[in-house]
Amino acid sequence: MKKLVVVGNGMAGVACVEQILRHSPKFQVTIFGDETHVNYNRILLSSVLAGEKADDEIVLNGLDWYRKNEIDLRLGVRIVGVDSQAHTVTGDDGSVTPFDKLLLATGSVPLIPSIEEVKKDGVFVFRNLDDTRALLERCRPGLKAVVIGGGLLGLEAARGLQVRGCEVTVVHLMEWLMERQLDPTGGGYLAAKMNQMGITVLLGLSTTAILGNGKVEGVQFKGGGSIPADLVVIAAGIRPNVSLGHEAGLEVKRGIVVNDYMETSHPDIFAVGECVQHNGICYGLVAPLIEQGKVLAATITGNKGPRYEGSVLAAKLKIMGVDVFSAGEIGDKLDGSEVIRYEDPALGVYRKLNLKNGKLAGAILVGDTADSHRYMDWLRSGKDLVPLRRQLLFPVPVEDAGIDVAQMADSETICGCMGVTKGTIIQAIHEKGVNTLAQLKECTRASTGCGSCSGLCQSLLKAVVPEFEEEVKKTICRCISFSEDQLRDILRSQQLKSVQEVLEIYGNGMGCEICKPALSYMLDMLWCGDHNEDRSARFINDRVHANIQKDGTFSVVPRIRGGVTSPDELRKIADVADKYRVPMVKITGSQRIDLLGVKKSDLPKMWADLGMPSGQAYTKGVRMVKTCVGTEFCRFGVQDSTSAGIELERRLENLFTPHKVKMGAVGCPRNCAEATVKDIGLVGQEGSWQVVVGGAAGKKVRKADLLVTVETTEEALEAAALFFQYYREGANYLERTYDFVERVGIEKVRKETVYATAATKQELLERLRKSKEHSSDAWLERDTPRNPTQFVQIQPLEEVFV
Amino acid sequence: MSRTNAWIRIAFCRDIPLREGRAVRFGHRDIAIFNLGNRFLAVENRCPHKGGPLADGIVSGATVVCPLHAWKMSLETGQGVNGPSASSCVETFRTRVEDGVILLDVGDTKEDSESALSEELPPMCIEPSEIASMRDCPPPAEA
Repeated sequence: MKKLVVVGNGMAGVACVEQILRHSPKFQVTIFGDETHVNYNRILLSSVLAGEKADDEIVLNGLDWYRKNEIDLRLGVRIVGVDSQAHTVTGDDGSVTPFDKLLLATGSVPLIPSIEEVKKDGVFVFRNLDDTRALLERCRPGLKAVVIGGGLLGLEAARGLQVRGCEVTVVHLMEWLMERQLDPTGGGYLAAKMNQMGITVLLGLSTTAILGNGKVEGVQFKGGGSIPADLVVIAAGIRPNVSLGHEAGLEVKRGIVVNDYMETSHPDIFAVGECVQHNGICYGLVAPLIEQGKVLAATITGNKGPRYEGSVLAAKLKIMGVDVFSAGEIGDKLDGSEVIRYEDPALGVYRKLNLKNGKLAGAILVGDTADSHRYMDWLRSGKDLVPLRRQLLFPVPVEDAGIDVAQMADSETICGCMGVTKGTIIQAIHEKGVNTLAQLKECTRASTGCGSCSGLCQSLLKAVVPEFEEEVKKTICRCISFSEDQLRDILRSQQLKSVQEVLEIYGNGMGCEICKPALSYMLDMLWCGDHNEDRSARFINDRVHANIQKDGTFSVVPRIRGGVTSPDELRKIADVADKYRVPMVKITGSQRIDLLGVKKSDLPKMWADLGMPSGQAYTKGVRMVKTCVGTEFCRFGVQDSTSAGIELERRLENLFTPHKVKMGAVGCPRNCAEATVKDIGLVGQEGSWQVVVGGAAGKKVRKADLLVTVETTEEALEAAALFFQYYREGANYLERTYDFVERVGIEKVRKETVYATAATKQELLERLRKSKEHSSDAWLERDTPRNPTQFVQIQPLEEVFV
Repeated sequence: MSRTNAWIRIAFCRDIPLREGRAVRFGHRDIAIFNLGNRFLAVENRCPHKGGPLADGIVSGATVVCPLHAWKMSLETGQGVNGPSASSCVETFRTRVEDGVILLDVGDTKEDSESALSEELPPMCIEPSEIASMRDCPPPAEA
């Protein structure tokens, strides 16, 4: 078998290998990658930075893929030499590997503009996974971040950093953002959008120096101005990585020169991706690389025939809420071109089309990119647009909002990144029995690039596969046909404040044991306790503030904050147990004392005798904070977990939650109070606290995720409070934190709590404060019952003898 | 031994909050009375499943859901209306309202089920606005 050596384990190289594997004859393949990661989706690095995706979610081919295809993968080895005569490559580890065919897929390297003192602590590039991780490690809420470069990558990096809580400024050399993809007007719309998101944009500024002594303190501009900065990201563009092309003696201009068959000037050496130059153009986007790979795979396997004739340049900005699409030639001064424009400043929508000889030559969409597929198809197919003149900017509306997949031609591209057409997908569905999005990705690679076509793929699956089930929003129960998400919106916007009102207007008027408590909770949370509480809509436990037992008696658990009690308190509990002949006194797993078997009518009297607040052991609310003795007595303790736990309990007690919330605070990582399997845990370390969330030791056992590590107890309490309120607002009723955290993803939780903007955090805390203000110890109802018969057994008004 | 129309004065209407139930015990009897807004309904306060106190259940239309294991019983017929409860039933009792007082028929024999419905409603039990928003309770759907 002939030996194929691939230099570069990135998207272009591996996508090309995927194509080669479909042809015969087969090669014995070796892939060298100078990064230490398997093949991942570089386009999604910005999503990793923004916390929308985890590292492992952007892997395109895992190790099992390499194994299955018997590919020898050499990670962390950089090829430094090519001997095109001897047919060998040399690695920086000294290895010499022979090849019959060599494929160079070395991609590109970041372009570093000539800036003085650029090598400082705090200056980053943003090109690969390690860069991303380094940035993530460094960025902290409140840091001032400056991104040099207002192109696709720079803007995505800026958004990522901003999501992480940094104050971000984008400095761009040109007069408008994304000048290669947008015209000045489009750039203006984009800048306005970025500003709206809280990102400062500075245009027409050339950065001349990085300020600071060893560590970044600011950036200086031509003309003398400067701004402060704690970290700087350089995203000023890329240039093809052609050094091996030179080594091999290939024809190299800006990139390694290839012809329409993707051949270089050496018969056994090929190149693909960002490192090549075809017809004078170097491509830096994914779709052309995939197209090149298909052609190259045919050529290299001896099936020469297909030609690569260049790609339509197209780009989409991947920032949530900022829709930008650009394709083809977009300049205003094309010879013989007509320009068609539409703009709506209020909506932030801008569209521009360039027509040449009745055909589409280029398109810009800002603010609404739903039609981008139509324009891409027109560009690729060179469709005659004269008959469509009236529908150029806005298509004839179809009944279904969005794009109607049924109306798309089979030749139309669904996935622009991977070049997958509607026809290919339908074929995969029919011939390979594909019926889920995951299978579709696996089989066709559609939707594995930027992912913006996943909606289209789903509609297509839905249209073609009869049994395909889109994820349906679940309603609470049969009484109301809305999901909890929708209901929260409805209650808020319609200002509904009582359960019965909601049931009358949006439900069946009756409600049931499932939706009534759920709605009760929702109203309490939304209106921060300032609503019309309807006790009839609540479970018996919440009507009498005690936990109903199998025989209809109740249990009484007073609050013992942090599990710390006193002889006096214990004596009182003992006296009460005696007085009311409590059948069982039990130490609970939560460091509290449970008095079991109490009659409903005794409850208020017992509470009064105890003189202790309710421990909320009966409700979906704040249970307790279990603590260890921490620095108080323990010789290993490094944090005062007892005080921290008591304070945490004090701050959150009496509040209702979607499901019970059990907490823990431990003074050292020995974790004696099991904080890492609690809904919220504080884990003390030397000089810091880890705040962990989503732990469980019940039906399910789950180790809590790290939310954040902070230095002071106050910061830890605040982080816990942020998560607590976030859970209250976002979780479905009866969803424990561990399910909530898994559903939402810890990255997103972090992003929207501890790493949220200062304003967002303040709002969360303010709503928590307001709820707390409206809450009170439920056991005080012993003095002021909700109604005269809340706790008493009704006695007939007349004597009866039956 | 059979006795009919043994009406006894049980409680004031105001003692039972809207859409809640209360237990009343006399002799060996434990009865749950519910305020459905336009009428009061009474059943035996003992779930046929494990003896749970139905008076503590959540009211859903003209049914009550036992607080122990969510068996759902019709307050009109006494029949169970969800899955496992369907073949079980509880005893029902007729009620009527006089001068703001709920009367209960604790006669040993029952008349036809229609008579379990109460008579006219005195104005003091309920706000007029609430009457306007009341809906007729449909028969149990989940039988």
